[in-house]
Amino acid sequence: MLESAMLLCGAFIGLALLLNLWRLLKGPTLQDRVLALDTMYINAIALLLLLGMHMESPLYFEGALLIAMLGFISTVAVTKYLLRGDIIE
Amino acid sequence: MNTTTEILITSILLLGGTMLLIGSIGLARLPDFYTRLHAPTKATTLGIGSIALASMLDFGLNLDTLTFKEPVIALFLLITAPVTAHMLSKSALHHQLNPVRRTQNQALLERARAQEPPEPSTPQD
Repeated sequence: MLESAMLLCGAFIGLALLLNLWRLLKGPTLQDRVLALDTMYINAIALLLLLGMHMESPLYFEGALLIAMLGFISTVAVTKYLLRGDIIE
Repeated sequence: MNTTTEILITSILLLGGTMLLIGSIGLARLPDFYTRLHAPTKATTLGIGSIALASMLDFGLNLDTLTFKEPVIALFLLITAPVTAHMLSKSALHHQLNPVRRTQNQALLERARAQEPPEPSTPQD
């Protein structure tokens, strides 16, 4: 039961990633694209946690933490650039 | 593997997956940037929290290796997602993105863009 639930959850997250990719390619404004990238980072973290559950190895959490931190920092940098025209004034 | 723990972990995992899917559907279908900002920043945070909780319970109850790395990820996203949403909405105000026409109190958009406080509301007779 747990294995099939993991498969179904992985299918849900894959569909969510496809929807985010569609918004990233279509989005009319820059902010839409940045938001779609941030959501894709979050879905990638969820996929890595699912992979760690499936493989029964705790090796993937460091990758998930790295993706979380880099996604936040990159989103903040791009948003500062959109606000000010410069990242560090 | 106990049956009750399996049912608990499965339900939490499916809740997390459906929450992530709902947030991404909202990102793809809502008509406006300010409404599109609401869907991922709330629903995906709840989904990540649920999946991290399910992973921690799976490792702790079924494999007897209880670690506290997953709540760290969930807590980090719980702290940083509102900051990201606030900065994105500030940049949307700065770039003068138009909201959808049904939005109420659109005069507050210009006042927020000029960084003024909202006007004191006059009582309507």
